Amino acid sequence: MDKEKAAALRYAFPKTVPVMVGYLFLGAAYGILMKVNGFGIWWVLAMSGLVYAGSLQYVGVTLLASMVSPVYGFLMGLMINARHLFYGISMLGRYRGLKKFRNYLIFALTDETFSVVCGERVPLRLDKEWVYLWISLLNQLYWVAGSVGGNIMGGFMNFDTKGLDFALTALFVVIFTDQWKSQKDHRPALVGVFCSVVCVKVWGAGAFIIPAMAGILVILSVWYKGKKKGVKSFG
Amino acid sequence: MDEALILRGGLIVAALAAATMLTRFLPFILFPQGKKIPDYVEYLGKTLPYATIGLLVVYCLKDVDVWSGSHGLPEIIAVAVIVVLHWWKGNSLLSIGAGTVLYMALVQAVFV
Repeated sequence: MDKEKAAALRYAFPKTVPVMVGYLFLGAAYGILMKVNGFGIWWVLAMSGLVYAGSLQYVGVTLLASMVSPVYGFLMGLMINARHLFYGISMLGRYRGLKKFRNYLIFALTDETFSVVCGERVPLRLDKEWVYLWISLLNQLYWVAGSVGGNIMGGFMNFDTKGLDFALTALFVVIFTDQWKSQKDHRPALVGVFCSVVCVKVWGAGAFIIPAMAGILVILSVWYKGKKKGVKSFG
Repeated sequence: MDEALILRGGLIVAALAAATMLTRFLPFILFPQGKKIPDYVEYLGKTLPYATIGLLVVYCLKDVDVWSGSHGLPEIIAVAVIVVLHWWKGNSLLSIGAGTVLYMALVQAVFV
């Protein structure tokens, strides 16, 4: 490896350590869950290598276990990952001009990679494209290693894994709490919970997601219109 | 696993990969260099992620029935502990790890 790439790696690695701990742990739990549901190492490799989206992969265990229609899987994937659209929008300025690894960097933009890269100020002496690549690639390696390791371990384990899938719930509750702490305006979060609970009651647990997502979009859009009008009448 | 199931599963994996890539690449396709991002899209960028996580929390808890069985107590207790722990320490791994282990203990040993 030439000097420039090595320097970028030395700079990037420490930034990824928190993600490493999280990905090895959550990845292992994912790998075990896949094993428990009858999916071995090739399935885990395909999911962690090609899909590479933590929350969707967890939900994907259920989708695969019940062999849903791929169309339903696609819609579910769009909805669960819709937030990536907004990471992408925030990263436009940073990634738009890149040449060498642009496509991989966009492909690998998970929540955690986004959280590391979006605040990053790469020193001028380093090649920033290599720094972004190392951060993104190391993170994916941690995730693949964790999930494959968990999948192999899952074959030998004889403890009761009942309740292990609660790791996903815990993950979302933690993200929800973080977001709640970081925001002054709690209405978007509350709208998300409110619409979903109402739609579970009306459409049932199996079919609530699409109406809930539609409801959320409608309410947010109505507020946006209201805000615009308000600004206009003042301006 | 028989061949039909492997094929079906492979299609599901492909669908999930395609959906994920679409959400990650779309902004770069819609807004190439020099193009302004519309206000409405920017507004959604600031609000939708919060609403979506709320939806996902409900998604995870959608099968909980407070009227029968364990009355949703393991879920309520575990979620409350996670929120308090996370509010206090702010360590994601600790909150997720402790919450999951607690939940597993509750459903395996207490509310059986």
